[in-house]
Amino acid sequence: MGPGDASARARTHQQFGVRTVTVLIGQLFTGVSIGAVLLLIALGLALTFGQMGVINMAHGEFIMAGAYTTYVLQQVITAAGWSLLIALPVAFVVAGAMGVLLEILLIRRLYARPLDTLLVTWGVSLILQQLARDIFGSPNVQTRAPELLTGNVALPGGITVANNRLFILALAGGAVVALTLALRVTPLGRRIRAVVQNRDLAAVSGIPTARVDRATFFIGSGLAGIAGVALTLLGPIGPTMGTNLIIDAFLVVVVGGIGQLKGTVIVAFALGVLQASGEYLTTLSVAKVMVFIAIVAFLQWRPQGLFTLRTRSLA
Amino acid sequence: MTTVARDPVAAADPAPAPPTRPAAGPSRHRYRAAAGFALGAALLFAVAPLLLSDFRLSLLAKYLCVAMVAVGIGLAWGRGGMLTLGQGVFFGLGGYAMAMHLKLADAGPGNMPDFMTLYGQLDELPLWWRPFASPWFALPATVLLPMAVAFVLGSLVFRRRVRGAYFAILSQALAAAMVILLIGQQGTTGGTNGLTDIRGFFGYDLNDPVNQRMVYFIIAGTLLALLALTRHLMQSRYGELLVAVRDSEERVRFLGYDPATVKVVAYVVAAGMAGLAGALFVPAVGIISPALIGIVPSIEFVIGVAVGGRATLLGPVLGAVAVAWARTALSERFPGTWTYLQGLLFVVVVAFLPGGLASLIGLVRRRDRERPDGEPGPGRWQRLRRRREVTS
Repeated sequence: MGPGDASARARTHQQFGVRTVTVLIGQLFTGVSIGAVLLLIALGLALTFGQMGVINMAHGEFIMAGAYTTYVLQQVITAAGWSLLIALPVAFVVAGAMGVLLEILLIRRLYARPLDTLLVTWGVSLILQQLARDIFGSPNVQTRAPELLTGNVALPGGITVANNRLFILALAGGAVVALTLALRVTPLGRRIRAVVQNRDLAAVSGIPTARVDRATFFIGSGLAGIAGVALTLLGPIGPTMGTNLIIDAFLVVVVGGIGQLKGTVIVAFALGVLQASGEYLTTLSVAKVMVFIAIVAFLQWRPQGLFTLRTRSLA
Repeated sequence: MTTVARDPVAAADPAPAPPTRPAAGPSRHRYRAAAGFALGAALLFAVAPLLLSDFRLSLLAKYLCVAMVAVGIGLAWGRGGMLTLGQGVFFGLGGYAMAMHLKLADAGPGNMPDFMTLYGQLDELPLWWRPFASPWFALPATVLLPMAVAFVLGSLVFRRRVRGAYFAILSQALAAAMVILLIGQQGTTGGTNGLTDIRGFFGYDLNDPVNQRMVYFIIAGTLLALLALTRHLMQSRYGELLVAVRDSEERVRFLGYDPATVKVVAYVVAAGMAGLAGALFVPAVGIISPALIGIVPSIEFVIGVAVGGRATLLGPVLGAVAVAWARTALSERFPGTWTYLQGLLFVVVVAFLPGGLASLIGLVRRRDRERPDGEPGPGRWQRLRRRREVTS
């Protein structure tokens, strides 16, 4: 053993260390970008579930509506960048309008029966999926991503980050900031918070709770539309694209707790990172099971979720 | 006070209170149940095999397996208020346990199931497959394995008072995780294809129509036995307690019972029924695959229960068979139409007829029933109180 040997070993150690850090950061970023998608979907759910206590299974189909809106707009406006930018507000309004329609026609009658709402909205989601199949055909369709979002950004240390992932991260961040501001500053936000905190007291104080519910449903469903636009950057658009996403998003709401956005934000990213690291260490399928076990274990510790507004109520 | 005492508070009234029920009540109930049971047995064992072709009879066998799952859901959801959207997991555990045994029996001792050598990554049978070679392990496992999983999940979740929509979401997530796990471990589970091409059933050739008939009779007999068990449970003190937990969990807790235990029992029983159904589904249909047990089939188990009447004994069975039959009849010819119809069924039945078709009979017979949909509402207690206020 000469001194050269030792220095070579030290070098490999150093290289190994650098590679580990690179891998770690890369996995972390994968997790964060999974979390950003989850967050976009879960924000709207947390809003409606937190305020009205109903589970909207058709939320996944509002995502699909947002994605197909992007697709249709791209048929009209061929410049991919512009069509994507225009799709964001249009998808928000389209999905929001669908949500309000659903609220008026069905959900409003079922506020006393949250579990039944779950089944009814599942039926609605079946109908919407078949509608999409009849209008756009069962095969998946694809949108072209704008050129700006197709490349990678190289960070020091050999880490590359896909532009579209960065865009989605920014979109999710923007949605959180906008929603927080809207809830804190605007009159509607004040009313929403009042209804979430104490519905009866809010009603007695003269807040039109039914109208506030409808507005919340518009915003929550509209956010699903935005999530749909974001998803067109990641994969194909199909009639059943919402079904699988929605369950993970519901888990985010269950673990995050209701009534506060910070729980949703933290848990979305935590689940994303957990999923990505589990996937890296084992396989996708084992990671899914691990995430499920982790959630059940977490609920042993905090059955009401990470943050919750009311802890003294019995129900 | 001159009013007739009909509520417990006024029971000390000196006026002779007329008996609230005719003395012949319970036994008359029992006779009616026995008659209904005999009628069902006659229909299943004599009329159906006579009238239906071999093909239709094997379809009916499949529907009856779905009906077994429905009986369990009726107990857990209709009576216990636990909306379980993951019964496919238990159906699958039972089905896979049975299919693994039958595959091993088909291959013969010392050999590996065909698909394992087909995918060609394995030199020998994986360790966790080995016990399933013995019927003494595999057959009990079809029921006990799902019950064990339900016990662990139910205990963890219900003890921490996670319930309602939260529980529904968790049960659905379990179904999603199970399917992804099965597909991911293709080498040992058959992946997306599942376990297919099951030919023998304990030495009997399943392609022989006579043996298919035998499988049908086993399924019909099992369903009747499960119905008898469920009726017994529903009419016992435990059944009363389960409904009480559904309607007001807190009140039951304040009375000194442990609602978590009550719920776990119903959930575990429902899981066992689903496991048994899955185990019998395999010889009847010859396949078990992830597509039969995932999120979508799991929630489809529920719709039959809702259509028939979730809180009744027979409603889930009839509803499940009717929906499964309509599905076969319609989806062969108009697949798109069936999806619309199924969606509409969820919307219309659950939103506007929460008691299912059984409540239509109830509407005709007596108008003031308790709300059968499992949500606390102006039920019997409120009416009693109102009556008390009027009388005093």
